[in-house]
This record gives sequence, structure tokens and C-alpha cells, in this order.
Amino acid sequence: MIKKNTWVKIKKTILKPEERTGNIPEETKKVPLLMWVKGYLLENANIGDEVEINTLTGRKETGKLLEANPAYMHTYGKFVPEILDIDRLLKDTLFGGETNE
Amino acid sequence: MNNSYEAVIARKNDIMRKSVGIDYSQYEQDYISFDFEKMINDCGFGLDEIRKIQAESGVGQTPLKECKNITALARKVSKPGYGARIFIKDEALNDSGSFKARRASISCYQAKKMGYKGVIAATSGNYGAAVASQAAKYGLKCIIVQECYDSEGIGQPEIIEKARACEAYGAEVVQLSVGPELFYKFLLLLEETGYFNASLYTPYGIKGIESLGAELIEDSIRLTGKEPDMVVVTNAGGGNLTGTARGIKQVTDNKIEIVGSSVNLKGLHMASDTDFNKKSFTTGHTGFGIPFIMNPDRSDVPRSAARALRYIDRYVTVNQGEVFFMTEALSILEGIERGPAGNTSLAAAFSLAQELPVDKVIIVQETEYTSAGKHHQAQLAFARDNGICIYFGNPQDEIPGRSIVFPKDISLLKAVDLDLEEIKTKYIYNHIKGLKQISKRDLEFLTIETNTSIEFVKNLLTHKNIEVEA
Repeated sequence: MIKKNTWVKIKKTILKPEERTGNIPEETKKVPLLMWVKGYLLENANIGDEVEINTLTGRKETGKLLEANPAYMHTYGKFVPEILDIDRLLKDTLFGGETNE
Repeated sequence: MNNSYEAVIARKNDIMRKSVGIDYSQYEQDYISFDFEKMINDCGFGLDEIRKIQAESGVGQTPLKECKNITALARKVSKPGYGARIFIKDEALNDSGSFKARRASISCYQAKKMGYKGVIAATSGNYGAAVASQAAKYGLKCIIVQECYDSEGIGQPEIIEKARACEAYGAEVVQLSVGPELFYKFLLLLEETGYFNASLYTPYGIKGIESLGAELIEDSIRLTGKEPDMVVVTNAGGGNLTGTARGIKQVTDNKIEIVGSSVNLKGLHMASDTDFNKKSFTTGHTGFGIPFIMNPDRSDVPRSAARALRYIDRYVTVNQGEVFFMTEALSILEGIERGPAGNTSLAAAFSLAQELPVDKVIIVQETEYTSAGKHHQAQLAFARDNGICIYFGNPQDEIPGRSIVFPKDISLLKAVDLDLEEIKTKYIYNHIKGLKQISKRDLEFLTIETNTSIEFVKNLLTHKNIEVEA
């Protein structure tokens, strides 16, 4: 159970597929417009429950409870070795292959 | 209150008027025209005042740096005597890490002055962090609305990082899946909070960049003894180009060539849930650049102050692989590690420098910060995970959404010119659609908007059987 006043992330449907504007591609029109927002949980709840939160600006939002204490997990990704090949091409062109000596 | 999509959109004009404090209807003129200069001038903020506000809020006076090794590299593939000196304005050193701090500084200053409790901006770009940072300085609450994820909840690494940055400066971040109806939630938030709409497209959002244009000229004179011959600007919504060009005109009467550059994302639909994560650039690309230059008023205010066609002398595109390549070059040859999107203009400048003699000066007018997610390493890894083929070859063979092609030879990195006359023609046709006549003032407006001649516009009017009122 996630306790009241925990910092959480929720997800909410803003527009169902049938409520979306006509002026968008088909693949977008058949999915809902979704929202993710963080705030303090107002009542004890479990992941997946419909909950209410208090956001940083003091607004109330409702939605499905996704995560407690959501972390920043983005990274530099898997290594892309071609970047080293760019370096070699740049240095060879500028310095005439001295980097290989 | 009825908060259905249709009802909220119908209240748009009222919500906008309350949230920016500008009555745009007073600038409307005849069939097409509005008084652009009056709209800009009515907001106040002379160059000296802008500089003072920015000096007190961690913005501006960034260093201009000569990229000597990148210039030398360009000369390796130029004909003898060619390869202009390339300089870069290190805008990443503004508080919050990009030139967008200049735009946010004036918007937040104005919001505070007008007594708003907070600011809201709809942006997936660096502008979010910029508004959050400036709001923090003025003690304003802040909400940033981002288009961030596809419907599966998979986010663009670059935008996820920008959300983190916004939160680091104390902002509330509202993230949405793909689609133009973001504007609906944006309007609801403006109405619910009564906050200031820190739009990128108000006069405040443009005025803030004029200091950048002015600094480019002053920095160039200090470092080279003369004004630059060419300034290359990354173009998306048109504000960067408009503000820079206007700032330049305030400090010099000389003609300086203004070149816009965008990343070529041809074929990818900006409102497509499935295309969303197939692109490696979330701003500075043709998906914004082309529609906004043709129709500036598609923005989040009734009349956009960003009107690139008035100021642009040349418009080029570069490919994703070329921008990533030059981002790595800036790091490995100049020792300056910066984010990729800001280097769109650097990639273009590298190609354009080869057209100019060695004594000419080209300025790339921005850089942006880099970090996890917002780094060419992270974005290339994300592209590869999304099935994009990454290889060395001819960048002109790149297919946005399918491949990223690094030049296998330096000489293959080439900026490609867009046909500006065609863009101007389309702009005019778009604006006269459905009309039988326009006024003389409209005719002048179209001429100024497209930086063409009365004759040029009249020819197109005749072609469409549209009369000019006597």
C-alpha cells in the first residue's frame, strides 16, 4: 500500500479516442490522449487505484496511481560505437592520419 | 462550467486575453493584415531595458567562441581561398542552459510586473526549463505542459530530461501523449489557475532574443574587428530567427545575411503516435519550421510575434546524421560538449562556410546544454532501439524515421537550400484563400511579411483573380 502524502505519479485519460479531433492521423485518432502528472497522494491507495493528488502548484488531479517516489531513470543509452568512428574520421581528415601513428 | 473539448476551444479567445494581458483584436486591420510593429512596440522593452533585466537574471552576455579546428576542417574540403571563420555563441551558459532563457526572462518579468501568481508554458523543448528557472527567480509558480510520450508511455529521452530539468527548478510538469489537443489541456490549466501564458510567441517571447542579435554584432567586432557576414539560426517556430534579426538591425545598418536552418524530417507526421519516437530531433526541425514559416499564426496566441519570413535571407536543411556528426565534432575538435538540437545551425554553417572566402565570418548563434537523454549518444541509442538504421554513407540518402546517415567523407556534409520563393508564394496563397479582394494595406502587409515586392504580390493576386481595393 502507498501511504497518504507520498510523492506519486498518476496517469489519466484526457480524451477518449472518439473524443479526439478529426484533424489528426488515423494511428493517433484510435488511441486516447493521455496525461501523466506528479503530486502528493491524498489518501492511502494501491498501485492501479483511481486516486486524487495535490500537485506542486496546489492543484487537484485524479487518475490511476502508477508509481510512488518516481525516479529519473533516463540515461546515455547503450553505447553507440559509430561515435568513435566519427572521431577517427574527423581527426584523420584534419590531422592527416597522425592519430593512427 | 462545460469543460468538453468543443466548449473549451470555443472559450479560447477569452482565456488567451486574460492570460497574456494583450487584446490582440486592437491590432487587426483589413482582410488579412494586422499592425505587427505596433503590437511589438506596445509591449515596451527597449534593448537597454532588456539587457538590464537579463543581466540581473543570469541571462545574456554569453561568450562568442571561434571554432578554429572546425574551420580548419571546413577548409580541408573547400576550394583554395575558401572556408570562412566559424564562431559559435555559447548560449548553453545562460541559466537553464539555452538561449530560451532570454525569451523566458522577459515573459516572467512581465508576469511578475502584472501581478500574476504563476506562469504556464506549453513546450517540450528547452523553453520549459528556461521558464521554470526564471519563474524560480521571480517567486512565480510554474506549470510546463509537454508532449512527451507515445500512447504506450514510451518517452523521447530528450523530452524526459527536459521534464527533469523543469522539476529541478521547481516547476510542475504535466506530460501528455502525442496530439495537437495538448492545447485543450493547456487552455484548461490557464483557466483553472489564472496564470500568465508565457507563450514563445508573444512580443515578450521575441523581445528577449533581441539582446542576442545585438551581442552577436558587438562580440564579432571585438573578436574580429568587423561585423559578421552571415548569421546562421536554427529555425522551428521562427522566434529565434525573428528576435535575432531584429536585434541585429538595432545595432547595425549593414546588411548581414540571415540563414535559417532546420533538421530535415520530411515524411514524418508531427501528430502521429507512431512517428513520434522515430525522430531523433524534437525541435529545430522542418516539422515545425515549414508550417510555422508558412502560417505563423498557428501558434498558441492569436497573432504570433515570430514571423521568420520577414527576416530570413536563405533557408537550408541538414540531416539528422549531419547534426549528430557535427555535435561530436564540436566535442572532439573544440572541447565543447553540447546538446545536439542546438547544433543544427553549426552543421549548416560548416557547409555554408565552404562557400565563402577565408576572411569572412560566420556566426552560429546558439548552443544548448547536454546531459543524460539530451545527448547524441542517448538519442542515437534510442533511435537504434526503435529500429532506425545508423550507418556511414551519403547523408542525402538518409530517410527520416528509417535511417540516420553520417557522412563517410567530410565533403558529403552539405546544407540543402529550400526554395524560399516557393515558400513565399505558398504563404501568400494561404493568406488570400477564399478572398475576392484585399485592401492596399493588406497588399503592403503581404509584401512586408514575405520580404518581397509589391509587384511580386500583385502578380500572384492577378493569378488568383483577386482585386486590390482602390
